[in-house]
Amino acid sequence: MHRLQWEEAQQKDVILYPEGMVELNQSSAEILKLCDGSRNLDQIINDLEEKFSTTGLKNDITSFLDVAFNNGWIQQD
Amino acid sequence: MAGSNKTKITPPRWLLAELTYKCPLQCPYCSNPLDYAKHSDEINTEDWKRVLSEARKMGAVQLGFSGGEPLTRPDLPELVKHARELGYYSNLITSGYGLTEEKIIQLKEAGLDHIQVSIQASSKDLNDHLAGTKSFEHKQEVARLVKKHGYPMVLCVVIHRENIHQMPEILAMAEELGADYLELANTQYYGWAHANRDLLLPTQEQFEQAEEIAQAFKEKVAGKMKIYYVVPDFYEDRPKACMNGWGTTFLTIAPDGVALPCHSARELPGLDCPNVNDHSISDIWHESKAFNFFRGNEWMQEPCRSCDEKDKDFGGCRCQAYLLTGDMYKADPVCSKSPDRQVIQDALDSARESALSADEQPLVFRNSKNSRLY
Repeated sequence: MHRLQWEEAQQKDVILYPEGMVELNQSSAEILKLCDGSRNLDQIINDLEEKFSTTGLKNDITSFLDVAFNNGWIQQD
Repeated sequence: MAGSNKTKITPPRWLLAELTYKCPLQCPYCSNPLDYAKHSDEINTEDWKRVLSEARKMGAVQLGFSGGEPLTRPDLPELVKHARELGYYSNLITSGYGLTEEKIIQLKEAGLDHIQVSIQASSKDLNDHLAGTKSFEHKQEVARLVKKHGYPMVLCVVIHRENIHQMPEILAMAEELGADYLELANTQYYGWAHANRDLLLPTQEQFEQAEEIAQAFKEKVAGKMKIYYVVPDFYEDRPKACMNGWGTTFLTIAPDGVALPCHSARELPGLDCPNVNDHSISDIWHESKAFNFFRGNEWMQEPCRSCDEKDKDFGGCRCQAYLLTGDMYKADPVCSKSPDRQVIQDALDSARESALSADEQPLVFRNSKNSRLY
């Protein structure tokens, strides 16, 4: 129902859905791209901390995933 | 004239492709121009593909195929396919009339993202009366098929005095059909709705009651169904931020290739709206007189010019200012700061009088015969 795609003209990732569009900042887009059904929460956190050579992202990631879930951008199995 | 060179021009994001003015329905609140019968030319498939390509390149991403009834264009699947290849998120805005399961599958394969089906009322008799066509059962069937084939199901019901009392049943119908999105669009009074306003405008009591019911329902279905509630601006004290600002976001292409900053802009005098047969979309968007006319706020008069809310609502709707005051530069009369606010009150009073009157006039239905009278 929602589509995540890179918009060249905006130089941004966006989420598209009926009658709407959300422009994502880079960190939100990085998190959402990992929500592909193959990773659990811990793996997503690990992957991102590894990718950006940092730690302590857990709170930021879980609070964004709450937003994403409540907006229907992601689903829980 | 308005447009200032200093105004920063943002790229279009939404493209409304009005493929045709042909429609098997006759809804008396149709937003098409009253004189649509005069504009019966339609640009061809290659022209539409070029329009889609050029607008996409500039940044348009949300695409609505509309009309009239877009299903009457035999090249619709080809245009949908082209749109998908370009990366649009495309929407078919349809009455459902003529939509078969085979077509729903074909459009899905072509890459259509969603289908918005309009239903006129929650009962067969009223739906068929308003649509001017026996269509209620088929629309319900189409809504089910849309859902069955994995599209997000967007149900649209235009609300006005003839159906506003059905709000509880309309909501129940949306739930029963499994709508993912429900658009409750209070009628906006342009085009045919303007002509029928005395018969369509609800009273304040009706509107408040319906809104309360819709609001409670919204809370009940939160997380399951998303409700888009288009407010009836006659009952507001600030105007809508029409089109998110003139020439900032929305681009409409009419069936004959005329490019419009909003789908009603054809009614405004002296804009010389350009045609895609003569200009590129980029030229139209950046250079044309029409798209620069009300860009920014240089064109504003008082009370807009010195208003601290001008960057929020852009002075409201230019078409409404023109239709109701005869001057398209004025503040949208919906605004309580407008010196013309009385015209809104007069419209509300006139509609209320009509509602209470014993010999109400009949609705003027949107069809070619009536269109030729304008």
